[in-house]
Amino acid sequence: MINKIVGTPAEAVAEIFDGATVMISGFGEAGSPIELIHALIDHGACDLTIVSNNTGNGHIGLAALIENKQVRKMICSFPRTANSVVFPELYRRGEIELELVPQGTLAERIRAGGAGIPAFFTPTSVNTPLAEDKEIRIFNGKPYVMEFGLKADFALVKCKISDRYGNLLYNKTARNFGPVMCMGANRSIVQASQIVELGMLDPETVVTPGIFVNKVVEISNPLSENQLIKENRRYPWA
Amino acid sequence: MGINENKGWSRDQIAARIAADIPDGAYVNLGIGLPELVANYIPLGREVIFHTENGLLGVGPSPAKEEEDDELINAGKKPVTAIPGACFFHHADSFTMVRGGHIDICVLGAFQVSREGDLANWSTGEPDAIPAVGGAMDLVQGVKTIIVFTQHTTKSGEPKIVESCTYPLTGKGVVSHIYTDYAVIDVKKEGLFVREMAPGIDFEFLKSCTGAELKLYES
Repeated sequence: MINKIVGTPAEAVAEIFDGATVMISGFGEAGSPIELIHALIDHGACDLTIVSNNTGNGHIGLAALIENKQVRKMICSFPRTANSVVFPELYRRGEIELELVPQGTLAERIRAGGAGIPAFFTPTSVNTPLAEDKEIRIFNGKPYVMEFGLKADFALVKCKISDRYGNLLYNKTARNFGPVMCMGANRSIVQASQIVELGMLDPETVVTPGIFVNKVVEISNPLSENQLIKENRRYPWA
Repeated sequence: MGINENKGWSRDQIAARIAADIPDGAYVNLGIGLPELVANYIPLGREVIFHTENGLLGVGPSPAKEEEDDELINAGKKPVTAIPGACFFHHADSFTMVRGGHIDICVLGAFQVSREGDLANWSTGEPDAIPAVGGAMDLVQGVKTIIVFTQHTTKSGEPKIVESCTYPLTGKGVVSHIYTDYAVIDVKKEGLFVREMAPGIDFEFLKSCTGAELKLYES
């Protein structure tokens, strides 16, 4: 029998090892698997490389993971936002590495990694500092830069609905990087707001096929980053 | 040189001027900040679909405070709504739309634009700045028409339209049109052509606050 459901976030992240590369879904708060990230903080795996579009907000979720010194390197497209305070400080002190990747290139590198494509050529970033030291090829008279597919040991992803096979549906713009990260990681760990019986999902509307998912934990009322930031909360909870 | 706050178009007037040039049926991506104003001025009777790179085609107006949804936001991470007929998609599909040439128009802000249409809008290159690029480099390479929405000069009166950019580039030769508080300028192989000047702005003044050669269509 296939049953990818686990009971707690702690169980879900227990296998994450020191030095792992971990993709974390989300575009700002939308789609960020905050309960799984907090479980990873409790778990304590360190020396991590994190692939995520941003670097977290306030002192919770991804920002708290970074603040807890578990992250060696960030691979992201937009490391600063209005509420990001942790990463900029560490970066200025030289205590965390940054690989800056244009957003579309980041998404495509993850997709390619998951699709068995080791590298590809894209026009994005040609003639800019982000293409320095990268291979350039001319196709039909236009320059393109070579980018590598990106794979990870784990993905932490938030979705709306799952079944025990790991078929996933997302919520609005919280979908963002979730589907490609499930493809790009060797082991995809998902928090779903609701787990339903097999057959309840219309096969025509499944967004992430269960083959890309390894573990699902139900978090029926996920925390709101926005709310926690308003309340000035920190993780671990004071 | 120098700026005169009362001269030229207001930011809303620039937005309306850009919106007037967006044709019916266009798929449009609006950059973070000033460009977002353009959505407020699409002329009645025109159907324009707004794309946001975080996964929504059919961005609608801002919601009322009590209707805000943390999981329905735009690329600037502000709450938005989805119009009837909208659709959601993941990031790789979103940038397939962008990079694959499926989006008609993108409106972006700028630090500098050069005579040849080079755009610098992601980094001032200062040593202690945190570099952040987002989707700007993908947009300028893939979207069919790139429109820049900017003040004509910096707050201290320096030209933003320059012979060549001194800030790190977002893309080379990518800008088609520049809309500022003073003028509408087309970027062509033969140079920068002034299509329209704001009321009270004359060509001599415009040249005096522009760092690259400007041409008039008549001459």
